[in-house]
Amino acid sequence: MTNEQIIEKINEFLVEEFEVDAEKILPEAVLKDTLGLDSLDYVDLVVVIESTFGFKVKGEDFVGISTFQDFYDYIIVKVNEKNQVVA
Amino acid sequence: MGIYSCIGKNLEEVSASLFEGKSGIIFDAPRKDLGFRSALTGMVETPVLKGKLDRRQRLCMAEEVDYAYVATVEALQQARMDEQYMADHEIGILYGNDSSAKAVIEAVDISRAKKDNTLIGSGSIFQSMNSTVTMNLSTIFKLKGINLTVSAACASSSHAIGLGYFLIKSGMQDAIICGGAQEINNFVMGSFDGISAFSIRENSPSQSSRPFDKDRDGLVPSGGAATIIIESLASAQRRGAPILAEVIGYGFSSNGEHIIQPNVEGPTRSLNKALADAGLQAKDIDYINAHATSTPLGDSCEAKAMDGVFGQYKPPISSTKSMTGHECWMAGASEVVYSLLMMHNDFIAPNINFETPDEDSAKLNIVSKTKEQKIDTFLSNSFGFGGTNSTLIVTKFKQ
Repeated sequence: MTNEQIIEKINEFLVEEFEVDAEKILPEAVLKDTLGLDSLDYVDLVVVIESTFGFKVKGEDFVGISTFQDFYDYIIVKVNEKNQVVA
Repeated sequence: MGIYSCIGKNLEEVSASLFEGKSGIIFDAPRKDLGFRSALTGMVETPVLKGKLDRRQRLCMAEEVDYAYVATVEALQQARMDEQYMADHEIGILYGNDSSAKAVIEAVDISRAKKDNTLIGSGSIFQSMNSTVTMNLSTIFKLKGINLTVSAACASSSHAIGLGYFLIKSGMQDAIICGGAQEINNFVMGSFDGISAFSIRENSPSQSSRPFDKDRDGLVPSGGAATIIIESLASAQRRGAPILAEVIGYGFSSNGEHIIQPNVEGPTRSLNKALADAGLQAKDIDYINAHATSTPLGDSCEAKAMDGVFGQYKPPISSTKSMTGHECWMAGASEVVYSLLMMHNDFIAPNINFETPDEDSAKLNIVSKTKEQKIDTFLSNSFGFGGTNSTLIVTKFKQ
């Protein structure tokens, strides 16, 4: 999966599952504010990441994630790590 | 009042179905794959709530809450109770519900498969509890009064209305959203099917639920939701709400015997207690909506109890479960809604499939074809496992 494909998948579930207005998904936008996330929503992010990319996120991993770009970078790194292990 | 049932998705549709004697029972083939002895059930469409409620609200709602929401929106609209009114007044909610099996089973499945409970997701806990209806609707409608689920098997929502009536009569509350909800999915009724309680007349779904008929062979599960707004006269008049009727009697009892086998003495006490509470005599009841679920023993016991109390007066009786199947936790409230629709449209809905009486039902005046008749006062019975009994008496409102 290319980085572009990963970002596309992330944006897809944000629109579908979290009902985020696609126009508001900008790399520099703050994830929490844009999604209006509360503590329960983070649980659902963990669920959707696991079902989409096949790895489990730990709650503390979200600490360093502020913008959408941070979120993309985090997922991309994790997916690549997973692929390397598989390879 | 509001209704979402297998014989219609709103008051208008349900009223027409009741008049026509239309059955809502189907054969649900996937149940056979799950090993069900009987795949008969009432069925409703899944309400589309996207666009009406936000994601967080929808995530926390179990299947039965979806139904309860739809029924409650209809009831609130009819009662002219809007968002502002609910914000300015202490409105309560008392809803009958006694399971949320699908949510529980799905959560356990994920937990077992993934070995990580976070992956169950955030909505499951709020869907899994018996109080899922009241916890969700009280949040959605921002209610500030009593917030309580009543669990009493198939008498749950009848007791909810009775208890609401007591709270209003005592002056503790001005207005309460009462009702009952029942999930329909393939998981909730497995254990009920397991005790061979269901009709196996699978080749003829519309004829399978046949309360009081000699050839009845068990109940047919069903579901949906029904809501009734009950309030003090002053509260209704202040808002200019259409007053549909007055709850004037609530009776209850416990059989004090077997967990599933009913008796005659328990329901008799419930009937008499309701009549005494209403200050009425047997002759004052114009119509009885029977609990009768189409089980051999249950219908006979109720028939004996009604014959004992109403004997010579022989009021018209029908069990609308002949059309809807047994709506279980929802049935007490839905059957008050059905009876109110009959009251307002001057007819008695038929006990369809009542073809051959048995020795007990032969003593009753069971209405098997739609009958045009005025109803001033009706009585509604609801009984449940553990021997819980509830009886409500409702009369036309007179200025």
